[in-house]
Amino acid sequence: MKVLVSGKVQGIVLKSEHPINFLGTVDKKTGVISDENHDLYQKSLKDTVLIFPSGVGSSVGAYTIYSIKSNQTAPLAMICKKADLTVATGCALANIPMITISDEEFSSIKNGMKISFDTDSNQIHYQ
Amino acid sequence: MELTKDEESALKGEQGETMQTAYRILVATGEATDAEKLIPIKWAHLSGVNYNTIGDAGEEFLSGISKDARVKVKTTLNPMGFDIDNVKNYGLDENFISKQLSIRNSYETMGVIPSFSCIPYEIFDIPKDGTQVAFAESNAAIHANSFDNLKTNKESAFSALASAIVGKSPYSSLRKEDNPNITIRMKVKNPNELTYGMLGFFAGKVGDTSVNISGLGEMDKRQTKAMCGGMGTSGTCAKFIFGEGDSDCEKIDFDEKEMQNVHDELNTAEKGNIITLGSPQLGLDEITQLAGKLKGRSFQKRCMVFMPRTVKEQSTKIGYTAELERAGCEILADCCTCLSPLISKDSVDAVTTNSIKGAFYLKNSNGVGVNLKPLSQIIEDETR
Repeated sequence: MKVLVSGKVQGIVLKSEHPINFLGTVDKKTGVISDENHDLYQKSLKDTVLIFPSGVGSSVGAYTIYSIKSNQTAPLAMICKKADLTVATGCALANIPMITISDEEFSSIKNGMKISFDTDSNQIHYQ
Repeated sequence: MELTKDEESALKGEQGETMQTAYRILVATGEATDAEKLIPIKWAHLSGVNYNTIGDAGEEFLSGISKDARVKVKTTLNPMGFDIDNVKNYGLDENFISKQLSIRNSYETMGVIPSFSCIPYEIFDIPKDGTQVAFAESNAAIHANSFDNLKTNKESAFSALASAIVGKSPYSSLRKEDNPNITIRMKVKNPNELTYGMLGFFAGKVGDTSVNISGLGEMDKRQTKAMCGGMGTSGTCAKFIFGEGDSDCEKIDFDEKEMQNVHDELNTAEKGNIITLGSPQLGLDEITQLAGKLKGRSFQKRCMVFMPRTVKEQSTKIGYTAELERAGCEILADCCTCLSPLISKDSVDAVTTNSIKGAFYLKNSNGVGVNLKPLSQIIEDETR
């Protein structure tokens, strides 16, 4: 794993196979996904460990991440396959731990699993 | 990423909290893109201006940071939520207007040029080839890399702001090199700007940081902007390289079928109650063409036309503004179709537009239906 924003987290996986455009498709107050073509449509990101391939689209999505954190509807942590600047900097400012993992690890983590990671010890556990 | 002694000291907070925040963002950016160091930039273009998109948290953040943050390089700004000249016609509440003006004030306090435009490449002089810049607006980053010979990564709102405050960006990714492993072959015949927007949207989905693209033919401004806007919406990709690319590049065709898939995803209505033109905002070339096409014709429903203030001023001088208003257009400076608070599902069921970028945000954020048509078809169907 590669650490972009450090931290120690434990929670339940909310996994998407689709990239996320935070601007416009994630409600900045409620943290709910509004894009009906998205596999997390109507799901809330609040207090999940959000796993998705990468952020895409608007650069303003970084503010959405900062907003959901301020509104206490943000994920506990984010895990991506690929780092993009919108998610990395949004998480950096909002202080949401964020890491990237390999394609293999991404495939083996399933929705609803219990997951924990600690960026100090570089350990990730899920079951 | 290696930092100099001075940069290390800023990251530790020895140069104040604002510089520490800016460096923390740049370090996260650098780590995300495997940068080796920070390098100077000449121009930053910021997103995160429209109160509709950044909300109270964003407004408060900017108000706080503007107390001591000042930009070190030329810094320009994306559109905001309305045109102050005619905002009273649109029924926006007082809270929206005052929060938006606070955001404007924070940026101006930091020394940002209040350009309120998503097409900085069309209204400012382009620096010399190879100049490092930091553009957050996605269509502008793609345009700068692909058509203006500038160098930028697809910055986020925060990485561009941090770059403006520090005057540097991480040296990585598209700032160093591009070696796309995909070539998209344009196979659709007789493309218009809507076709190019869909091509861009498709390219953003399949490309990584850059893509080769072949079979484009001659393109006008409207088409190049549509293609950049489309790609910025769907992906992380921030550069088109024109040509077939290396022989080992994976070749992907954009054909009628792929185009139909994009169309089906974004076109959700048979017709619109209003029309919007401008996402990205229209430049003077496009306004000139539009005024020409509308000679002797009038829209039969509302048509909102979005442009930068400088373009509105030029248009007014030349007489285009009067001509467009005569044809029934509502002229809006400083704002854009994209995430406009002026279009609400309470009063509008569906919008007709030629913008793929606009369509995506109208559908997902404004929650209205979208009817996609190229400009020529809009004028044929909607004017008399």
